Amino acid sequence: MLKLPGASGPGNNGRIGAIDGIHDLGGMHGFGPVNREQDEPAFHAEWEAAARAMVRESLLQGLFNLDEFRHAIERMAPDKYLAATYYERWLQAVATLAVEKGAATPEELARRARYFEAHEGADAISLAKSTPRPSASADTGQVSVVRPATAPPKFKAGDPIVTRDVHPKRHTRLPRYARGKRGVVDRFRGVHVFPDTNAHGLGENPQPLYSVRFDASELWGESAEGRQAVYLDLWESYLEAAQGKAA
Amino acid sequence: MGKIHPNVDKYVVSRARALESILLEKGILAPDSVDRIVKQYESDTGPMYGARAVARAWVNPTYKQKLLTNSTAALAELGLKYEMLVVVENTAQVHNLVVCTLCSCYPWPVLGLPPTWYKSPPYRSRAVSEPRAVLKEFGLEISESCEVRVWDSSAEMRYMVLPIRPPGAEALPEDRLVKLITRDALIGVATVHAAQ
Repeated sequence: MLKLPGASGPGNNGRIGAIDGIHDLGGMHGFGPVNREQDEPAFHAEWEAAARAMVRESLLQGLFNLDEFRHAIERMAPDKYLAATYYERWLQAVATLAVEKGAATPEELARRARYFEAHEGADAISLAKSTPRPSASADTGQVSVVRPATAPPKFKAGDPIVTRDVHPKRHTRLPRYARGKRGVVDRFRGVHVFPDTNAHGLGENPQPLYSVRFDASELWGESAEGRQAVYLDLWESYLEAAQGKAA
Repeated sequence: MGKIHPNVDKYVVSRARALESILLEKGILAPDSVDRIVKQYESDTGPMYGARAVARAWVNPTYKQKLLTNSTAALAELGLKYEMLVVVENTAQVHNLVVCTLCSCYPWPVLGLPPTWYKSPPYRSRAVSEPRAVLKEFGLEISESCEVRVWDSSAEMRYMVLPIRPPGAEALPEDRLVKLITRDALIGVATVHAAQ
């Protein structure tokens, strides 16, 4: 069950870090087959579209950035994360960040939620004291993360690398399955905002980003399927030069 | 694991409205923000940009080269401004598959909203470690001589597969080809068939 801040205790149980979070699913077992829904609609309920609109507009208006948003999802308790649907996680993250950024208090959120529970058909706008923005952004909703280069990239295509074996308690985009692994730089992708700091209000610290190729046997050992490779986009500080040819 | 059907109980709905009302007041949301999203994804039908780009690439080698090396320019020709797309080509030797293991990153400007299965723990956990087994569940057997390349969208680059043009569709014009191309083929969990 989704818990918004103030509903009955903080939804993220006061967790501040992701600590090898549950969101990092690559290579995990036990989730069963991929279930597909036939003729799936764009949205299953109106509130899902509302959740999408809230995230899109919050990003465009600068209430929070994409890395903060992802980190807010990652801070959900593992059992809640798995029990929630995709858009429930979005809603949870917007609530967490709206409170942390000072746009709402837990008490006010809870009070309004009680009102809408009692007034089922009421529109959101019925409780809004004012609506300062007359209409939504026509923008496509893309926020660029590419920044100008300030130094030449350290690696080039073909360079063997090894990823750092780290387990940060904060947000990172280096998946657990690819830590301490040898790969080969496939290509340089430009200089990109660094999520590991940008998620925590520590600045954009842009870094070179590389597409890196990993042989499946390097990632999954003897369990790897034949003739497979995984490509990841990794920031320069995730990588160290490796000696010789990569596995 | 993870619910397939979203919660529509009063508890979730009322909390979504509570947040919406606050964000309206703060000038984050506008009164038409939600309608605009619904319209964008439900009523703006027409073929996906991804399908249009692939069909053009199949009939026009120059466009194909542009799509593979400078997707921003290739998509601009179709009227779409999108700067982060990487297009990866399927051949007899390489089959590409797209996933996001850490969240559910997806090239929605070219493919629309992702299906629920793409965002589900089974797909996110297994696509990187046993892609052939996953593809088999989708009815796709990849020959042992063909390399499977999985693109895990860990940064803001987004991936789309350029599928193999189906045998039997050599004579079809671009607008007919567009209709054969499915979202699943552009993710890499299906191939394109001439008769559909």
